[in-house]
Amino acid sequence: MRQAAKPFTFSGCVELRQTLDVHALDERELLHRLGEAPAESIFFHTFGYFLRHRAFTTAYGNDFARWAALEIGDRALAERLAVVDPFAFPTLEGLREHLVTIVQDHLRGREAEGRVEFDRGFHFQRSHIVEVPLGLAATTLVEFRAGLSNVDESAIYLHTIETRARERRAEGFAEWLRDALDLPALAERFERVDPYLTTLERVRARLLGFIDETLEEGRG
Amino acid sequence: MSRIDDYRRVARPGTVDFILKLAEQVKGRRFLHVTGGRLGGGAAETLRATVPILNELGIDARWEITGGDSAYYATARTLQAALEGAERVLSEEGLARWVDMNGLNAKKLDLDADLTLVHDSQPASLVSARSGGRWVWRCHFDCSSAQAGTWTFFRTFAGQYDAAVFSLPGFEGRLGIPMYVVPPSIDPFSERNRDLTPREMTEILGALRIARDKPLLVQVGPFARANDPLGVVNAYRLVKKHHDVRLVLAGTADGEPERLELLSQLLEVAHEDPDVVVLELPAEAHRQVNALQRAATIVLQKSVRTGFDLGPAEAMWKGKPVIGGYAGGLAQQIIANVTGYTVYSVEGAAFRIRHLLNNPELIPRMGAAGREHVRRSFLITRELVDDLALVIHLTR
Repeated sequence: MRQAAKPFTFSGCVELRQTLDVHALDERELLHRLGEAPAESIFFHTFGYFLRHRAFTTAYGNDFARWAALEIGDRALAERLAVVDPFAFPTLEGLREHLVTIVQDHLRGREAEGRVEFDRGFHFQRSHIVEVPLGLAATTLVEFRAGLSNVDESAIYLHTIETRARERRAEGFAEWLRDALDLPALAERFERVDPYLTTLERVRARLLGFIDETLEEGRG
Repeated sequence: MSRIDDYRRVARPGTVDFILKLAEQVKGRRFLHVTGGRLGGGAAETLRATVPILNELGIDARWEITGGDSAYYATARTLQAALEGAERVLSEEGLARWVDMNGLNAKKLDLDADLTLVHDSQPASLVSARSGGRWVWRCHFDCSSAQAGTWTFFRTFAGQYDAAVFSLPGFEGRLGIPMYVVPPSIDPFSERNRDLTPREMTEILGALRIARDKPLLVQVGPFARANDPLGVVNAYRLVKKHHDVRLVLAGTADGEPERLELLSQLLEVAHEDPDVVVLELPAEAHRQVNALQRAATIVLQKSVRTGFDLGPAEAMWKGKPVIGGYAGGLAQQIIANVTGYTVYSVEGAAFRIRHLLNNPELIPRMGAAGREHVRRSFLITRELVDDLALVIHLTR
């Protein structure tokens, strides 16, 4: 059994939300604010959606799509925003430009949908991630599997999505599997997991499935 | 008094262990809450539960309250109402008195802490006497439509804090400091939310003279226009044409002329229709509200303007579907088509009530989804996590 020289330490996280006092009450305002909002806010409303999304809520892929559908009632714009995959962009500025382009293109030659009241507006936020060491560590794939199956689901978010998108103290799952356990094929499967429109529990189940296959093949 | 381990019975698996790990990062840190009083619901109710738990977790948590003479309280109440958007007259003398009294409070109270969380407006000007540590203003109401002049005055104090915390994005006023978002929560072990035995239910409902011989529609809340109790009566009447139901409107009038007038109209309606029950309850009637929500078939919260209002969370915790207005925190709590419905009109409320009564299998399904939603998002354990994260973030 492979033994890592450096153990993997599991951390969970808490998302402390910050409101930015930046609001959009119609689609044109959304377009302008999207162009100006801090990059952390673009992150919160796209990548951060994966931490907040629940199985029983209607899934829209990100907060912008949800707002367009539920508050503005513009289903077409909601559909166009919902399919944006934030992981497809190497930088947040690239993601921002794409979102702006979608809204701009959608509004070209047409009237924006009506203005909503303030409490139904889009309120731009950002978050501060507080990492929480969970006291669980692994040096083998079997120990890693045991940790992964038990940790708080926020750990799934932190070690897959946050570490892929932002600099974090915590290490990414895939990074450790590749570098510490020398399992590049498994690491690649971890990296390719699509959290889009699913829950962190389902992501956990998929990752556990990949590990089980690796262990069954005797490659752990 | 509940201990952290008690919450293992009600919180999601792993939540309490997560809180214990989180608390390790701030063990020994001094965390002070300051409010305008220890009684009543809302923030005070939450603090009665969380302050002992924070101490149990190894945090040096304290709770101080400010006090003063009758003029001080009168100004504080008027200031609060104006910050919530009501038209009020505030005299310069009254405001000066409020500031002076808080100056005296600052001398009397032990305000030495690593993080001081000052709740709402009454004690807010204490910040002028800050000496050390981080200071945060915790606003539990919607101040986005505060009276402009009042806000200009108040922000000279609010701006002295290191940060502010609001219950929802969009509830904030204009401030040049970081503004965080922490939604409120309910304590599942409080008198208002704890489990009631069948015997207790029978006793309480018997005392309130509520028969359980037909489906009950229940709305709990002050008899204020913002809660639209007359709209609820009209929705009930539309439903009554098709279903034999009973409507219970329970709330307080607080001696306010507008509310008393509304209450008298509602009592008139109840006098003419024996299936409309209007109960004027004192603010501390938590057991009665608990029993009414548990007895309900459907809980209504048809407010047209409100702050966060945890009524839907309380009802969902008791496994009830909730039909709520689209206002304030109601839309944040009710997941449309999953835990209940948000509606925009009397007709919409009637339509959704009929929909549920005609499809009774939806009632327990939505109720169960609502309870899980509250377990994850609106129990006091979630607020503890947010509070601890705030302490870690601001004092590292």
